[in-house]
Amino acid sequence: MIAVHERTKKDQHPLARKRLIVLVTSGSLLMVAAIASLMIGPVSFSLQEIWNGIFQSTDTMERRIVWELRFPRVLVGMIVGTSLAASGAILQGIMRNPLADPGIIGVSSGAGLAATTIMIIFPAYIMFLPLAAFLGAFVTALVIYALSWRGGASPLRIILVGVAINAVIGAFMSALMLLYSDRVQSVLPWLAGGIAGVGWVQFEMIIYYVIAALVLAIFSIKHIRILRLGDEVAKLLGHNVERSRFFLIVLSTLLAGLAVSVSGLIGFVGLVVPHIMRSIVGGDYRFLLPASALGGGLLVVVADTIARSAFNPIELPVGILLSFLGGPFFLYLIQKRRDSFAGN
Amino acid sequence: MLVTEELSYRHSDSFGLSSIDLHIKQGEIVSLIGPNGSGKSTFLRLISRLITPGSGEVLLNGERLKRMKSQEVARNLAMLPQMQDHQLDVTVGELVEFGRHPHRTAYGKLSQEDQEIIDWAIEVTNLGAYKNRLLHSLSGGERQRAWIAMAIAQRPKILLLDEPTTYLDISHQLEVMELVAELNESYGMTIVMVLHDINQAASYSDRMIVLKDGRVRFDGIPQCVLCKDMFHSIFEIDAEIFMKNGKCFFTPSKLRKGECHESRGRKETAN
Repeated sequence: MIAVHERTKKDQHPLARKRLIVLVTSGSLLMVAAIASLMIGPVSFSLQEIWNGIFQSTDTMERRIVWELRFPRVLVGMIVGTSLAASGAILQGIMRNPLADPGIIGVSSGAGLAATTIMIIFPAYIMFLPLAAFLGAFVTALVIYALSWRGGASPLRIILVGVAINAVIGAFMSALMLLYSDRVQSVLPWLAGGIAGVGWVQFEMIIYYVIAALVLAIFSIKHIRILRLGDEVAKLLGHNVERSRFFLIVLSTLLAGLAVSVSGLIGFVGLVVPHIMRSIVGGDYRFLLPASALGGGLLVVVADTIARSAFNPIELPVGILLSFLGGPFFLYLIQKRRDSFAGN
Repeated sequence: MLVTEELSYRHSDSFGLSSIDLHIKQGEIVSLIGPNGSGKSTFLRLISRLITPGSGEVLLNGERLKRMKSQEVARNLAMLPQMQDHQLDVTVGELVEFGRHPHRTAYGKLSQEDQEIIDWAIEVTNLGAYKNRLLHSLSGGERQRAWIAMAIAQRPKILLLDEPTTYLDISHQLEVMELVAELNESYGMTIVMVLHDINQAASYSDRMIVLKDGRVRFDGIPQCVLCKDMFHSIFEIDAEIFMKNGKCFFTPSKLRKGECHESRGRKETAN
C-alpha cells in the first residue's frame, strides 16, 4: 500500500497532505467542470455569456440554453453523482467490503423495478415516480436485511443475499419488458441511465432530500469509523452495531433511491469513485466520504458533458458511457491494486 | 469482581460450556489454559457479551451483566479478541482514541481527561514514537501493543485477552507479558487471559484455570495446577515439572498412548 512508503513528518498523519490535496483539487475541479459543462455543447458560450445567461432574466438565447437547460442539468448531475458516490462509500464502509455498491446488492434495481412498473403499467401516476423509486430501494434494502438476519446481519450475508435479490429483480424486470413490449420504448433511456432533459423541476424535487441525507451522512461518519474496526471490537467498545448498520443502510438507500429517481440506473459511480478515493486518502471516513461525494459529482458532470457533446449529433445517455468506461477501469484497478482489496 | 453462576453455552453437540462457576477476584492475573476446543475463548466471549449464554449468569461487580448497558459494560471491561484486522488503515493514535468511545457522549470533542488517558495508554504501551504511524506498517508486536493500548484507554477494571501472544516471536511475547504484569501491578487491573504457552501462563499468573471439554478441571495457583496429573489427564502427555525462584515450569517428555488418546481421536473425527 502507498501509505507504508510515505515519508512524512512525525507529528502529522502520514496521509494528511494527500487528503488536503485531494479535497481541494476535487472541489476546484468540480467547479471548473461545472463551468466548462455550461460552456460546451451544440452551441458554445463564453464565460461572459454564461454569466449573463445565469444572472440576467431577459429572454435571450443564452438565458434559455444556459439557465433553462444546462444549469439545472449540471446541478442534477452533481447531485446524482454525489448521492451515488456517498451511498456507495457508506455501504462499502459498513459492509467492510469494496464490492458493496447500491447497484450490485440490488438496491438500485429495486428502485428501478418500482419506477419501471410505474412507467409501464401505471403511466397515469408518473408524478409518483421518485417516491416509487425510493420506496422500491427501501423495500429491497429491508428485504435484504431481513433475509440476512441470523441473530445479527453479517456483511457477507447481506452482500450474498443482495446479489440473489438482484437476480430475482432482474427476472421481474425482464418479464415486465416482455409482457409490455409495446411500451418498453419509453422506458429504455431511463434504464440506460441519463440526465438528458432534466430541468429545475427534477432539481427541486430532490434537492431538499439530498441535503438532508448528506447532513445525516456527515453525522454517520462516526458510526462508520467504529464499524470499520470490525463488529466484535465495535461491540466491545459498547457500540450498538446492528442499530448503526441498519440506519446506515437506510441512509445509503435513501441516497441511491434519490439518484435513481431522477437519473435512472447509472452504475459504477457508487463503486468506482469511493474505490479510487480510498486508494488515495485512505479509509478514514472523515476524509473518504467528502472526497467521494466531491469525486462522484465531478465524474458525473464530466461524463455527462462528454456524453452529450462528443458524439454530436447523437446524445449518449451518461449511464451508458459510465458503464462503458467504468467496467474496464474497475478491472484495471483490480489488476493493479490486488493487495489493497484485502481489508477495506 | 466478576462472578459466573452455572454459566452454560451450547454451540453444537460436541462443543460448549457446562455450568461454569468461577469467581475472579479484584487484582488477579488469571490464565485460562486447555487443549484446542476446550472452551477457553468461548468463556471470554461469554463474559464480554460477544455471545449470549444458554443459561446461567455473569455478575460484574455484583450486577447482572445482561441487564447492563453496553456502554456501561465497556467502561468496566475491555477485551482484546483473538484475530485483528491487519489491513485496517488507522494510526496508533486514532486507534487508541477509539478506546475512549464508551466514555464519550454523542458528538462532543475529546475532553482534557480523554486526551490525558490516551497519552497515558500510548506511554504505558511504549508506543510514543508510533502515534502517527499507520497500524499496518507496524510489526506484529507493536500492533498487538497498540490494540492493548486501545483496550486500556477504556480504563477498564478488568481486561480480557484472548491469546495475546500468538503469532509473536519470543521477545515480543515477553514484551506483551511484561506489559500485562505492569498493568496489573501499577494500575491494579484485573487480567483474565487465554494463553497457549503454559510456562508463560505459570510464570505470569496468580491463578490458572484449566478447561477441558467445556468444564473447569483444575483451578488454583500455578504451583498446584502444574503437576504430572494435570498434564496427563488434560493434555495426555507426560511432563517433567521444575521449580526455580518460586516459579514452576515444565517440559513435555512424551505423548501418552492409550485410552485418553484414542478417545480424543474419536472426537476429532466426529467433528
